[in-house]
Amino acid sequence: MSAQTTRKQFKPLPYILILPTAAFVALFTAWPVLLSIYQSFFRQRMNIARFREPTYIGLDNYIELFTDPYFIQVIKNTLTYVLGTVPISIVLGFLFALLVNRKVRGIGLFRLAFFHPMVLPMVSAATIWLFLFTPDYGLFNTALRFLGYSGPENWTGNPHLALLSVVIVAVWKNSGYYMVFYLAGLQNLPVDVYEAAALDGANGWQTLWKITFPLLRRTTVFIAIVAFIDSFRTVDHIFVLTSGGPSRSSTVLLFELWLERFEFQDIGISAAITVIFVIVLLAFTITNFITSERKEV
Amino acid sequence: MNKNQRTPQKIFSQIGSWITNILATLLALLWSVPVIWALVASFRPANDPMSRGDVWFSTHLTVENYTRAWSLAPFGQYYINTIIVVLMILAVQLITIVLAGFAFANYEFFGKGWIFFFVLLQMMIPTSALLAPNFSTIRVMGIFDTRLAIAIPYFGSAFGTFLMRQAFISVPRDLVDAGVIDGCSWWQLILHVYLPPSIPSLIAFGLSSATWHWNEFLWPLIITISEKSRPLTAGLVRFTQLGEIGAQWSLLTAATLMVAAPLFIVFLIFQRRFIQSFVHSGLK
Repeated sequence: MSAQTTRKQFKPLPYILILPTAAFVALFTAWPVLLSIYQSFFRQRMNIARFREPTYIGLDNYIELFTDPYFIQVIKNTLTYVLGTVPISIVLGFLFALLVNRKVRGIGLFRLAFFHPMVLPMVSAATIWLFLFTPDYGLFNTALRFLGYSGPENWTGNPHLALLSVVIVAVWKNSGYYMVFYLAGLQNLPVDVYEAAALDGANGWQTLWKITFPLLRRTTVFIAIVAFIDSFRTVDHIFVLTSGGPSRSSTVLLFELWLERFEFQDIGISAAITVIFVIVLLAFTITNFITSERKEV
Repeated sequence: MNKNQRTPQKIFSQIGSWITNILATLLALLWSVPVIWALVASFRPANDPMSRGDVWFSTHLTVENYTRAWSLAPFGQYYINTIIVVLMILAVQLITIVLAGFAFANYEFFGKGWIFFFVLLQMMIPTSALLAPNFSTIRVMGIFDTRLAIAIPYFGSAFGTFLMRQAFISVPRDLVDAGVIDGCSWWQLILHVYLPPSIPSLIAFGLSSATWHWNEFLWPLIITISEKSRPLTAGLVRFTQLGEIGAQWSLLTAATLMVAAPLFIVFLIFQRRFIQSFVHSGLK
């Protein structure tokens, strides 16, 4: 029996082999999305006796969220956080990759320096940074004072700096991760293009911006997707550094979701936030998918 | 691959490699300072308070902070919980992703594209976004506050399935046909034809899965409530919030590094493999 005939006959085997994976995806990805959509049309709060039983309220949860200045603030914080971490981490990742993509003795040490934060748990990274951010004797402030900074020192406790401190930790942790992808991209670049460029007398910067960067476009798109999704799904450092404060100035979408569900016990609102969250993620991924498919053709 | 590494180097020989070296050194130092400083702090005597201008070294170094941290919270139990969770996830995942990856790579069947898309949904919607409804599911299943509850949402892996499918597809079709002619059953095909050349993908997936789940925090935080199931990350955050500890940084950094240490040491030993794995798992 050849592989060809194996493929054409109907057999239950492939379905059985996929069943475990599909079942777990159904139970922990598909079902929770459906459940959230359903629950988002109901008012249900576990910590208020008269709201404990769900009541159908249509779109009220969504209306409540989008008319709540506090939730608008959360959306702004989320955008600031995403725009603050994603582009900077990617640029740094690219820079690091250029710096360590050399055959020099001890270059492994440099790669280690840039990559090691990736291996730490985010909560460990954040605890270390909480230590660095300590006012007065914290290393971060000591270094800033040395550079002439005289502003407020309580970074995690200042409403104007709390979100920035969270961004700093994320950038420190993730840049090395993106470096690794660029490094792989750089090492797979075609040699002949560079030889041609050298023959044409292109200098280093021209080669970098006109050849290297465009050739790495697909890598950049890929890293942007990873970075974007990661910036939405990681809030561990917020728990350690700021707990979303002060006065909720560093609360982002996922942290808000956690607050509503597990602090305020509000099933309806947290379901609505889950739905919004899922829509944002799907919209981003699908847009990216469509645009990148188009450009490949 | 070796040949290609010359090209970007050319760019740098033109820009001026000494500028590159200085920049690289400065940035590398900047990036390493947090962990190095935490390491130094963790070995400082607890009764040697940090203050302005007294930053790096004190009279002597001690491991006392580590032993004290260990005695103040059940870190031993946290270690066991984390290790069990990581191994449990890995063991189940390796089976589910190999089976599903094999099915997608080796067979044509009705609805294949749609089923594949369905599985990939898991990559587009990260589990952390679904922690509220998944919390309800775990309550209904009656496994709240168990190590199984931490692990179970990850038993199926879209990412792993995708990775294994890619690896299996690149196995030459002739080899598979030869195996079929020799009378291999489906599991013999997996074991003898598909798996041997795909081991690097499997290791890559294993390393990134282990890293990810060793470090995970939010889901374990909400799904555990007692020491019997709480993993290291959630344990650490609880520890840092203990009233009696306050701002004893030597103690806190010791606990922090203790949580990160095993994975970090494995990383240092297998550094090349680790980094390659991340590249591999990301680009396939």
